Amino acid sequence: MSRVVTLKIDDRDVSGRDDETVLEVARENGIDMPTLCQVDGLSSVGACRLCLVEVKGVPKLLPACTTYVTEGMEVWTSTERINRYRRQIVELLFSEGNHICAVCVSNGHCELQNLAIRLGIQHIDYPYRYPKATVDASHERFGFDGNRCVLCTRCVRVCDEIEGAHTWDVKGRGINSQVITDLDQPWGESPTCTSCGKCVNICPTGALFEKGKSVAEMTKRGEFLPYLTTMRGKKQR
Amino acid sequence: MAQQITIDPVTRLEGHGKITIQLNDAGEVQDAQFHVTQLRGFEKFCEGRPFHEMPSLMARICGICPVSHLIASAKACDALLAVRVPPAAVALRELLNLAQLAQSHALSFFYLSAPDLLLGMDADPAKRNIFGVYQTNPQMARDGIRLRQAGQQIIEILGGKRIHPGWVVPGGVSEPLTELKREQILAMLPEVVQITRNTLDWYKETFQRFEEEIRTFANFPTLFMSIVGENGRMNVYDGKLRFIDAEGKIVADNIDGNDYADYIAEAVQPSSYLKSPYYKPLGFPAGIYRVGPLARLNIVESLGTPLADAEMPAFRQLDRQSSFHFHYARLIEVLYAWERIEQLLNDPKILDEHVRARAAVNADEGVGVAEAPRGTLIHHYQIDKDGLITRANLIIATGHNNLAMNRGVLQVAQHFVKGARLDDGMLNRVEAVVRAYDPCLSCSTHAVGQMPLHVQLLAPDGSVVDELVR
Ligand code: SF4
Ligand code: FES
Repeated sequence: MSRVVTLKIDDRDVSGRDDETVLEVARENGIDMPTLCQVDGLSSVGACRLCLVEVKGVPKLLPACTTYVTEGMEVWTSTERINRYRRQIVELLFSEGNHICAVCVSNGHCELQNLAIRLGIQHIDYPYRYPKATVDASHERFGFDGNRCVLCTRCVRVCDEIEGAHTWDVKGRGINSQVITDLDQPWGESPTCTSCGKCVNICPTGALFEKGKSVAEMTKRGEFLPYLTTMRGKKQR
Repeated sequence: MAQQITIDPVTRLEGHGKITIQLNDAGEVQDAQFHVTQLRGFEKFCEGRPFHEMPSLMARICGICPVSHLIASAKACDALLAVRVPPAAVALRELLNLAQLAQSHALSFFYLSAPDLLLGMDADPAKRNIFGVYQTNPQMARDGIRLRQAGQQIIEILGGKRIHPGWVVPGGVSEPLTELKREQILAMLPEVVQITRNTLDWYKETFQRFEEEIRTFANFPTLFMSIVGENGRMNVYDGKLRFIDAEGKIVADNIDGNDYADYIAEAVQPSSYLKSPYYKPLGFPAGIYRVGPLARLNIVESLGTPLADAEMPAFRQLDRQSSFHFHYARLIEVLYAWERIEQLLNDPKILDEHVRARAAVNADEGVGVAEAPRGTLIHHYQIDKDGLITRANLIIATGHNNLAMNRGVLQVAQHFVKGARLDDGMLNRVEAVVRAYDPCLSCSTHAVGQMPLHVQLLAPDGSVVDELVR
């Protein structure tokens, strides 16, 4: 049984259940913060660190999407320090991949781009890595462009937790991490992929796209996820 | 003592180039060459990309004529899909290309060449620019700005933005034309037609003064090439390739874009990143040919629009070999563009909502050919079974003209260079002859940059004996 706790977010008194995260309670109370790896309806992994918040008495910053609320907690979601880190994180994401917005299928509909705009990023202070990434276009309907992947693992989680196929996974460590299909086989040859398209629609950038889309034409329809989870929740009850 | 004069970079061009003039021991011009010194490698970096991205990617080759690249590229992609583009989309793409043609020609004529034409080739270089034009003939400067703006506005109305519209896609265009947009464009036309006619009248009075330049400005026999529409009529969007010779006789006709490689080969010269295409049956370098406005007007049997066609008898009287007449041809084409836009808009089918054909990959190779302001563009792509580009070959308008530009520079240099000294009048003319082709070096080498001016005079051993930087 969950209990109701009271806490302070950005100096406001709020309450929530102790099985809710800081992010959930904040959003319930109209306090928003940038997120990238977190999606409602999937498990949270705290991978991108964009939702970092300051918690009184804790020296390090904590990701709001994986931190549960506790009684008497005091949280700040938008301090000078946090905002600086957020900008740096997004800049690092840009410098780490090959994000050429102008010729990207997701231009104008991209969560990474929107984050940059929201955080007022106009240029990237870090040197670009220009990684040598490949495009997997072997699937009949979809494509994967590693140049644009931010390793949020949303595709991995939606495929595993919602579709139940677990086609996607991550290989390598640290800077060498990459999402792969099955045992690093071409997507088109995947024996597990059901071609449901959930990964494509949940991917925040143009890394996963529908074939046949030209520049700026790829709009994602992420709405399916809350519908699915709500419907399933009802059925189980 | 043999010397070499280098003009580097040449101003008022799109991109960056350099001219070298080689003198022999007697101090006479022996050879002249126009070099393009940058490389951009678009052909290389699009390898591995999904072909659906190509139109927008290729449009980035150029900020002046992105639309033409967009169109040639989309046509190559149509071929990969093996679809028939819906008629309304064909009309809309043509319309977009015409707007591009008009705005680019306006830029070339008013901003880049009018300073020479209005102020004279020997005017102070500091004044010989669009601002000088504004001081001497403010109406003309305003007209130039208006014409360019109108072309840009049409592109913006259709494609959503001026510089790199993403509206042209493989299989057609992404959105149909609305009645409102149609009206907006139609309302712009009477004014720009009038401006263009006035400018033509002015030009017809003026150009006679340049008798010597006309005679010596890259005036020599070459082949011409462009695409022509049905019945030999002008069509900047679609048609078959045609070559004519210096007398105007057709030497090759009805060439399908897919067969371009049977007729055009590309020579690579160590001195320049710009490849030199030539007409294959005649070999290199005898297969020299020119493309662009002059070529098109020399080739087509009619323009198919009344006002522009009315200009043709007078134009045909002229010496068709002189590259100086590129300017005249450009103005007639601007008039044609406005009239043709009107024709297209008045055809009710242009509002049809079926504007995109969809298909999966159906061919592993596709060629797209279209006329850009500066001449014929050929985009040729090969893809793997997944639709990723394995090879791209681009032949760009300025490339076709490369050999002719070199020969033009030589001719002007021989006529105007006296002794082993660099003087401004000569330089201006050498530059102007290059500019008559309106070369877009950024496109042709797929290069970026500004075009300042640098002239070098080299001794037979290659050492610099005189130098001029502007
Ligand atoms: S492919 Fe898309 S959803 Fe998957 S990890 Fe990369 S960015 Fe995230
Ligand atoms: S949204 Fe919380 S760490 Fe990514």
